Amino acid sequence: MTTDTISDTPSTTSWLDALRKLLRQDSGLIPVLVALVLLVVYFEIRSSVFLQAANIANLFTQAAVYVLLAMAETWLLLLGEIDLSLGWASTGAGMLAGIYTNVQYGWPWPVAFLLGIVAAVIVAAVSGFLTVKFKVASFIVTLGMQLIVQGLVIYELDKVFQGGGVPVQNAVLRNLIAGDLTPTWSWIFVIAVVVGLSALAFVRRAKRKAAGLTAPALWKLVLRVVVIAAVGLFLGYIFSVNRGSFIAVTGVPFAVPIVFALVGLYSFILGRTKFGRYMYAIGGNAEAARRAGIPVDRYRIYAFMLGGFTAAIAGLMLISQLGGIASSSTDSTIVLYAVAGAVIGGVSLFGGRGRMVGAVLGGVILAVIKNGLTLIQLSGPAQYIVTGVVLIAAVLVDVVGRRSQQLAK
Amino acid sequence: MTDTPILELRHVSKSYGSVRALTDVSFQAFAGQIIGLVGDNGAGKSSMIKTISGVYTPDEGEILVDGTPRHWKSPHDAIEAGIETLYQDSGLAPDLTIGSNIFLGRELRRRNVLGRLGFLDQRSMETQAMEELEKVGISIGAAKRTVSELSGGQRQAVAIGRAAMWAKHVIILDEPTNHLGARQSIEVLKVMKAARDRGLCVLFISHTLPHVLEVTDRIIVLRLGRIVRDAPTSEFTVESLLGTITGLNQ
Repeated sequence: MTTDTISDTPSTTSWLDALRKLLRQDSGLIPVLVALVLLVVYFEIRSSVFLQAANIANLFTQAAVYVLLAMAETWLLLLGEIDLSLGWASTGAGMLAGIYTNVQYGWPWPVAFLLGIVAAVIVAAVSGFLTVKFKVASFIVTLGMQLIVQGLVIYELDKVFQGGGVPVQNAVLRNLIAGDLTPTWSWIFVIAVVVGLSALAFVRRAKRKAAGLTAPALWKLVLRVVVIAAVGLFLGYIFSVNRGSFIAVTGVPFAVPIVFALVGLYSFILGRTKFGRYMYAIGGNAEAARRAGIPVDRYRIYAFMLGGFTAAIAGLMLISQLGGIASSSTDSTIVLYAVAGAVIGGVSLFGGRGRMVGAVLGGVILAVIKNGLTLIQLSGPAQYIVTGVVLIAAVLVDVVGRRSQQLAK
Repeated sequence: MTDTPILELRHVSKSYGSVRALTDVSFQAFAGQIIGLVGDNGAGKSSMIKTISGVYTPDEGEILVDGTPRHWKSPHDAIEAGIETLYQDSGLAPDLTIGSNIFLGRELRRRNVLGRLGFLDQRSMETQAMEELEKVGISIGAAKRTVSELSGGQRQAVAIGRAAMWAKHVIILDEPTNHLGARQSIEVLKVMKAARDRGLCVLFISHTLPHVLEVTDRIIVLRLGRIVRDAPTSEFTVESLLGTITGLNQ
């Protein structure tokens, strides 16, 4: 780093300062990763089943819904907003896709999926419009919207197909969670992700160097690539092992590449495009963004719509995972997991700070807690308590990180 | 000093309900000048800069930039016309990098297909941000650091640097030395002088009268929404300025 002519505050060596610095900087994902590793180690010690191929694959499909919901809520949290209707919007989207791919209607699956997605996006856009136009707290608007959507969804579920709910009858919808890539394609997918991420990191570094800008240290980059490669190879191996009991089941579940593609897309939007930059600017300092000529209100509505879109994808995964939805199997609390996942992943409740990768890790942590506690026969109540503790810990990390920013003034 | 004023207010008035914030305010500002704008709390300083920068529309009167009457529909119009404003709460986004903040709202896109999709040319923006900041006398190290990592003085320097870099005609600085230490304040005053020497008109709002006397060419004193004095800085001392602000001199 080059020298400063305007004085920096002198660096102190207290561990709290070091912690604050860590939380404030780009390495904000480290606390989440540490938490994840600790949970995995704990559950593996308590239950030898945890890291077995069948369970890992199960874990990934369980995590898909949490991860997508956390990503959906991240769009809102980045702007300092919240959408409490995302849980029911997602259930509704899954329900619509289920109904219209049912043999009784027999719509082509892309049309039925699209219907669910469009419905969720419209609901979110209405919430966004009301929030922006009438300057109401999104918390209240979307609380109302949640009740409305909940009512509509339950009404429909109790009415459709003689009140028995919606079974999944379409192969594509079922295979979102239950289907797998062939082992060969699984390996191609894993290797493509690892090589792609590594190449991107190195090319970017080389170009920055060439432009005479600061670039990350080589060892950090190599370390990151090694870790990514190790995780990739481990997962590639896990997914190539037969995990079926009667018939052979191998390969990466379809849900995984779908989530990866979405994470990649969103990360690029947030990190590399004008759109993403404006999201961070509005979330960090809406007034500054407005003064810089950014159409803040329009971007707020876009964030709501992206949240709705992502929640709809989560809804498709949800109905696929459950095999169908009846009014008795709906769950009002899933939206809270969306918020919890994002916050655990380091997305700030106050807006302006957080990454999509963080939301993914947060969603995975929720799934690990649920899966692990079930394995050691501590389901239900214990799951709530542990999730609550992790969530509060994550919020404290957020607040400490935020306070250190103010101290830095 | 040239013929056409770069910024002119003619008989501007502004009320909020029954409260009269500005009454018949007129003045001319020229390129290459630092003009101090002083007054007690509630004297109308904020209303005046918000009117100039397009946050408020005046009830009466008009604003001329470079001799042309202008009507702002939003702050963005004022920025387009070459007037940059720096408010008390620095208008920076804390979690974006210095480079991103400098280019906020004016992002450079890549010169290829990706650029048309909204992809940014981050490297060019960083390089240019560093160069431009150095031109106005600021060196902050790497442009990739986020603003939240900077000290208050550094943030202010970045904010002023951004204003000076983009302003074509006028920069308005609202209490830029507030909450800053002595050394950091001197840096800020230096940046202001550099901006003036580049031919900009600087409107400097401050309560710190020694700073105002040190750096300005001319001082406008506001009291109860009216301009009560508009004179070259050499005609003031701290005492006489204070007297004019409080109204004890009359």
